[in-house]
Amino acid sequence: MTTTVLPELSYDELRRYSRHLLLPDVALDGQRRLKAARVLLIGAGGLGSPVALYLAAAGVGTIGLVDFDLVDQSNLQRQILHGTRDVGRSKLASARDRLADLNPHVQTELHETRLTAANALAIVAQYDIVVDGTDNFATRYLTNDACVLLGKPNVYGSIFRFEGQASVFATADGPCYRCLFPTPPPAGLVPSCAEGGVLGVLPGLIGTIQATEVLKLILGVGDSLAGRLLLVDTLGANFRTVKLRRDPACPACGTRELQELVDYDQFCGVTPTDDAPRIPQLTPQELAERLARGDDVDLIDVREPYEWEIAHLDGARLLPFGDLPGALDTIDSGRDVVLLCKSGGRSAAAANHLHDVGFRRIWNLRGGLDAWSVDVDPTLPRY
Amino acid sequence: MSVTLHLPAVLSRLAPTAAIESSGATVGAVIHDVSTRFPALAPRLRDAAGQPYPFVTFYLNDEDIRFHGGFDAVVRDGDELTVVPAIAGG
Repeated sequence: MTTTVLPELSYDELRRYSRHLLLPDVALDGQRRLKAARVLLIGAGGLGSPVALYLAAAGVGTIGLVDFDLVDQSNLQRQILHGTRDVGRSKLASARDRLADLNPHVQTELHETRLTAANALAIVAQYDIVVDGTDNFATRYLTNDACVLLGKPNVYGSIFRFEGQASVFATADGPCYRCLFPTPPPAGLVPSCAEGGVLGVLPGLIGTIQATEVLKLILGVGDSLAGRLLLVDTLGANFRTVKLRRDPACPACGTRELQELVDYDQFCGVTPTDDAPRIPQLTPQELAERLARGDDVDLIDVREPYEWEIAHLDGARLLPFGDLPGALDTIDSGRDVVLLCKSGGRSAAAANHLHDVGFRRIWNLRGGLDAWSVDVDPTLPRY
Repeated sequence: MSVTLHLPAVLSRLAPTAAIESSGATVGAVIHDVSTRFPALAPRLRDAAGQPYPFVTFYLNDEDIRFHGGFDAVVRDGDELTVVPAIAGG
């Protein structure tokens, strides 16, 4: 850790950490190491919540938090760092208050910003260990590369629906995230939790494993997940690990040809490259005007049936994204086609697919039904 | 060779079960068999040229197939093949 002279523990701290001090592998020296440690959490959401709570409770001296979001009601099903009274507040302000209440001996450092290639190295450099609890591929690759370049362990967790992954990347000899997944899936192929859903306790499981790995790294005890990938399947109640190897061809930790951070939005296909098709977007107001005029539009909702049940637009038809390739014969290329989903991501991917197979009269509803509910019809339930 | 292919929940709805019994001499042959029997799975397991995606990792038992010849990795009777897709939720 950065501090060579370990800090002393106060009388109150000795009482508070009693159950740690009784553990031979922690004891007084380990607890002082925890107090000296500086850990950075990228994301104060589903994974960041249990990580922050358990690291603060355990007495990790300084916890840095990076987030720029506000607490939304839909976060509370899993983001246990925040409460109902925090809805609408900055996640970092909410986190600071909760952690101060949990353990006033812990310092929080708030970085209220999106982690970017411009600020990542300066932020990450201030900490000993990084915890990746982000919700998108671009920030995961950015976090990974910053950790590899600076030689900081990256305690990784990722979740989707009922399944999660955890590992420790970028240790001295271990593999990195790019060794596991050299490049990300095309934008839109893998739905986010906001689109695909996630079991509320899943980030609790994976985040708690990440917090455990952080404590082990600080204390220098046990076998870390470096070199292994933990796969958690909540439905099957299965936990298993598989081997991870450093890829000698990995541009980050293998050949080390990656010497600086890159444009991660472009790397992850979030911003279209020049040769990618540019699908025209319709705003909710523009679509409402077209429908009010009686335009002939094939309005295709690419969500899942259980989402359609919650809310849908009159005149739309349901064609889930996964069924689209097999249902092209139901789409008339001579008609205007407007694709929509919950927030515009899956429908953009569907529009790209239709473009690839030759359709040209296609539009994507920008912002999806969420935006429609905000801009056109507030009675349409949001979920 | 008889092999069990384990699908993550996100793909299992594209097949009747999350654990598919298959056979073949190599991982590629197993993936080809499964892709033929369950066409909806095919584009999620391999690209149009029949090659693995860089964002879908296959584990033969506990080993990443990329370090054992990729789709040419030889399978043995009773092997377990696990599909691990990149996920980003947090």
